[in-house]
Amino acid sequence: MELHRLLDRDLEMLRDRVLLLGGETETALQKAMYALIERDTVTAREVLDGDDEIDRLEVEIDRLCVDTIALRQPAARDLRFVISVAKITPILERIADHACNIARVAVDLNDEPQLKPYVDLPRMAEFASGMLRAALDAFTSGDAAAARAVIERDDQIDQLYNRIFRDLIEMMVSNPTTTTRAARLLFVTKHIERIGDYVTDICELTVYMTEAAFIKHSN
Amino acid sequence: MATPTSTTASVKSATETMQERTRAFENDRESRVAAKVSVRELDFFYGRAQALHKISLDVGSQIVMAFIGPSGCGKSTFLRTLNRMNDTIPGTRVEGSVQIDGQDIYAPGTDVVELRRRVGMVFQKSNPFPKSIFDNVAYGLRINKLTSSKTELSDRVEEALTNAALWPEVKDRLKASALSLSGGQQQRLCIARALAVRPEVILMDEPASALDPIATQKIEELIVELKRQYTIVIVTHNMQQAARVSDETAFFWLGKLVEVNSTEQMFTNPNEKLTEDYITGRFG
Amino acid sequence: MTSDTQTKTAANRRRITSSVMTTLTATCAFFAVTVLVLIIGYIALRGLGAINLQFLTDTPKPVGEGGGIGNAILGSLILLLLSSVIGLPFGIAVGIYLAEFGAGRFAGLIRFVTDTLTGVPSIVVGVFVYTILVLPMRQFSALAGGIALALVMIPIIARTTEEMIRLVPTSLREGALALGAPQWRVTTGVVLPAAASGIATGAMLAVARVSGETAPLLFTAFGSRFFNVYLDQPIASLTVQIYNYAISPYDEWHAMAWAATLVLMTLILAINILVRFFTRKKI
Repeated sequence: MELHRLLDRDLEMLRDRVLLLGGETETALQKAMYALIERDTVTAREVLDGDDEIDRLEVEIDRLCVDTIALRQPAARDLRFVISVAKITPILERIADHACNIARVAVDLNDEPQLKPYVDLPRMAEFASGMLRAALDAFTSGDAAAARAVIERDDQIDQLYNRIFRDLIEMMVSNPTTTTRAARLLFVTKHIERIGDYVTDICELTVYMTEAAFIKHSN
Repeated sequence: MATPTSTTASVKSATETMQERTRAFENDRESRVAAKVSVRELDFFYGRAQALHKISLDVGSQIVMAFIGPSGCGKSTFLRTLNRMNDTIPGTRVEGSVQIDGQDIYAPGTDVVELRRRVGMVFQKSNPFPKSIFDNVAYGLRINKLTSSKTELSDRVEEALTNAALWPEVKDRLKASALSLSGGQQQRLCIARALAVRPEVILMDEPASALDPIATQKIEELIVELKRQYTIVIVTHNMQQAARVSDETAFFWLGKLVEVNSTEQMFTNPNEKLTEDYITGRFG
Repeated sequence: MTSDTQTKTAANRRRITSSVMTTLTATCAFFAVTVLVLIIGYIALRGLGAINLQFLTDTPKPVGEGGGIGNAILGSLILLLLSSVIGLPFGIAVGIYLAEFGAGRFAGLIRFVTDTLTGVPSIVVGVFVYTILVLPMRQFSALAGGIALALVMIPIIARTTEEMIRLVPTSLREGALALGAPQWRVTTGVVLPAAASGIATGAMLAVARVSGETAPLLFTAFGSRFFNVYLDQPIASLTVQIYNYAISPYDEWHAMAWAATLVLMTLILAINILVRFFTRKKI
């Protein structure tokens, strides 16, 4: 009985930490996009400063996972939870890295005149952070159906990405002076598109955690 | 760490859902060429108290099956029905059938002595006879008259001790008392004693529960090694041990068989809620 | 602070209780041993003076002519041997039966009978053998004495054997059964060797017990003034000889009674040591 309570305490701690990391990552992404769209360099710098905390959380969760496996020997559902947390943590950290990269682009672009009023980019960003939030919710509540629904939404991110990509290339071709700025924006969309893929990975892990089914690489 | 690789229910394709995997496992079991041990609708009674309820279970050839469950769940009792060891307890009664290679071992006229030669047993507490190391291993060979000459007898003793990974430690003192061995060595001697008569199935009732971790590890490695030649059924309280040595795991609860499954499935995603609660330590 | 004081008080109380109990048990043990040593010492003191070679080898003589207990020593040894030959196999066999097959009603009856026999005064056994053997044979005999002693031994040996066999762990039995050994081979090859030293101790106790018996011999072996090795003749024994010397009115014979007692005690001690030596754990 004692051991069971110890394991639960560890699992609770892990859940707590991974939620915190998810929240920090989500905030970083939202702030980075805000900094880009609203041309707010101060917010961009906040994102860059906040990355240390995210890295620290990642290391802490890694250590907790290893300790839990070594000391508590979780099995079945508990084991799948710990493994999923261990795999989701670096994914979240990478999403945060992408947010930082977006923030860096924002700092650079804010020194130059705005290329054009953004239309699709805010939509894409909103979409990505919405997916991230839904994915994290599905993970915490162990809702495989919700996770599967989020995976479906990745197609829309890809469609938006292709559209913005085409627009930016057209702009570069028609007006070569925009090339540098357009290329930077291209990177931003690429970052968001990658984030969409990472969110998909999180959802796949959620399905594994709840159903022990491997849906990765299935289609 | 030698993890036993199972042929059953391994990850075949990513689309497999839990249910499909379970079904695949069941199919795999059925298609297996005639189970070594086949139990159907087995009831067991101590006097008026029913200890086992309608147990049906197949153990395939040359695999390790682990029985897990809380104390008093009937797993040891069930193990002992497989070589009719419970016959020695007065007032016990068995209904249903246990077949080994298709032969009902509870059929009238069954030679229990011959059955126990074919189905060996290793006990929780090592129980070497108060005889020499050699005589302990030779005991089964002598009483069953399995050897025709002295050389053959000592060859078989050496073979058994070698297979039990004990030969190098005792080859220079075969005449010494078996009781002079350490706990782990005594238990391996008991395994050697069981191996000497060349059984087909080996039943182990918590064989390492009284041993230190290093001796336990040796026994576990031995079990995985022995699987190549024997069908092994092991009762254990240590779930990590079940996970380490077995290919399949059966979970018993209150005299009932709750779930039997591949060990991987059992420890990552059991089918039954009860099993999951037990394995994750959330019992009661 | 108060809790600290309480702890200290409790610890003190424990220490005092512990030392009081230790002193108490040690005192009891001391008295028990002292009494034993006093008895042995007194017997040695009174008996040693009369012991010499003639005393140990000669037959009894009338008062004032010396004489010895040679024939009684031989008689006792013969009687013990005879009773052991009859009583040991019989008693051990009954014990094995009770331990290995003793679940039924018949075994329960046997257990009851042996228990009752243990409690029967030994003189009753003597009278019994007198009735069934001495009267029909019209003769006191060593055989009758041996049988009487054996009857005293059997229930003791049977019950100790049963207890000793029951002490052999079930796991040992099961280990042998699991190797395909039939029940009788488990009993003879595994259980009996494992219980051997315990059974031997029981047998030794039984032998020691009957070697001190006088009453069953009065009506059976009777006693004799001569060296005798024939089983159909009356035979002398140390206990009866001691009895005869002790109830006489002569000081010389009283001294001989003490000496014979010392010899008997030494004999029992020797038997004890021998049996322990041969049944010590070999493996």
